[in-house]
Amino acid sequence: MSNSKTSQKIAFFFLFLATLLIIVPVGLIIVIIIQKGLPAINWQFLSDIPRQGMRAGGIFPAIIGTIYLVTGAIIFALPIGLLAAIYLSEYSKDNLLTRIIKLAIVNLAGVPSVVYGLFGLALFVVFCKFGASIISGSLTLGIMILPVIITTSREALESVPHSFREVSLSLGASKWQTIRNIVLPNAIPGILTGTILGLGRAAGETAPILFTVAAFYLPRLPHSILDQAMALPYHLYVISTQVPNVDEKIRYGTALVLLALVLIMNLVAIIIRYKFRKKKKW
Amino acid sequence: MVITTKNLNLWYGAFHALKNINSGIEANRITAIIGPSGCGKSTLLRVFNRMNDLIEGVRIDGEVLINDINILDSRTDLVGLRKKVGMVFQRPNPFPLSVYENIVFGPKVHNLANKYELDEIVEHGLRSVLLWDELKDKLKKPALGLSLEQKQRLCIARLIAVKSDILLMDEPCSTLDPQATQRIEELMRELKNNYTIIIVTHNMQQAARVSDEAGFMLLGELIEFGQTQQIFTTPKDKRTEDYITGRYG
Repeated sequence: MSNSKTSQKIAFFFLFLATLLIIVPVGLIIVIIIQKGLPAINWQFLSDIPRQGMRAGGIFPAIIGTIYLVTGAIIFALPIGLLAAIYLSEYSKDNLLTRIIKLAIVNLAGVPSVVYGLFGLALFVVFCKFGASIISGSLTLGIMILPVIITTSREALESVPHSFREVSLSLGASKWQTIRNIVLPNAIPGILTGTILGLGRAAGETAPILFTVAAFYLPRLPHSILDQAMALPYHLYVISTQVPNVDEKIRYGTALVLLALVLIMNLVAIIIRYKFRKKKKW
Repeated sequence: MVITTKNLNLWYGAFHALKNINSGIEANRITAIIGPSGCGKSTLLRVFNRMNDLIEGVRIDGEVLINDINILDSRTDLVGLRKKVGMVFQRPNPFPLSVYENIVFGPKVHNLANKYELDEIVEHGLRSVLLWDELKDKLKKPALGLSLEQKQRLCIARLIAVKSDILLMDEPCSTLDPQATQRIEELMRELKNNYTIIIVTHNMQQAARVSDEAGFMLLGELIEFGQTQQIFTTPKDKRTEDYITGRYG
């Protein structure tokens, strides 16, 4: 009896310890980056172009570049992902085609991000002749986040109670009217959450933009979507490995801005989800 | 006869759920369908507005005539059918919208009315289910915040708004307390002047109280169909008698 109690206590201790350990890397990353990066953050750093071979000045073009890329990715991925999710959750029957589509989505999610970069290079930069440009980078990132958007949108659509659809159909609404008026409005918070999580991922990835858009050093803002652009993750890579004698402060400052951007997006997603849970009554 | 079924058979995959149902349901009456769980009474109800179509693997043959039109025909206009034949579900299921939006959902989907007419439709719907005085100042409030009884009345008002003439009620009172049940039954008596009502119920007292005609189903067969009074006092079939006197079910 006391023996089983002791072993339970030991098990509990190790389970708790393992869980506690999860906090350590997250906490350390955030603390170290804030500690080392915060001194670099000021208005000039956020709003100026890089100067002296990126050893001074700011990171404004990289921030803007990342925002363009993320926006472009979402313009491309959200409509396609959402329409596909609606098809899969509302219309598709369980047949060979559906299973192939679902398999494709799972595989798309498992592709390493550098492979997306190469794919984007081959398809958008070379074949479509967009060159290394914001549009090539956006499309590449868009394809990368499609599985996230499809999967979360599908979950959101499927979590709308079946009874709502049944009543709507029983009132003589068509399937499409039911989806548009009843299912979609109730799934929007979930879809939004997934979209923002996808955005966060797109903002942070380096490999997909490496060959498709990112400029090593472009101390001005892009002129059009066919222009190259700087981007935060690639800029961080460049100043950390390619350019000698960059002040540590600038590197960590850049990392802090990138981290803040991604964490803010995740936070917004969490807030939306929380508000929705509180409101929902079924 | 508003609804006539002729040799109606229905299978879920290999399961024979409805066996040779022949019945005639008259206008402006309340017809109750009673029987033990799993006897096929809800399935029969769902044939009348083709809601069984939503289930995969359903096969139906025979004829169901509503106003002399066979609704099982593949060319049936389902939108028109479901507008005419409305359904009240076991669990009150208003949409997560306001009271007002719930009632105008049908008319909007069917483009039945302009904005001013919608207000009238809402008032008429709520008056018909005796909710107007309670809710006239709460039209913009979420329908999910209403009591169960109010929700169920609202669901009936939603059907009145699409101008249904036949109301299918699938155990409409099973989640309500006895007082609310009694008031919904009064409402049904009121509504039968303008509507044909078919109610599926587990509750034999309810069937006896509220219906004009009744059918007893067992294992997919319609054992007996006739005047409620006759079914409950002098059933012709031994099985009906056993069920009604509580020997099984």
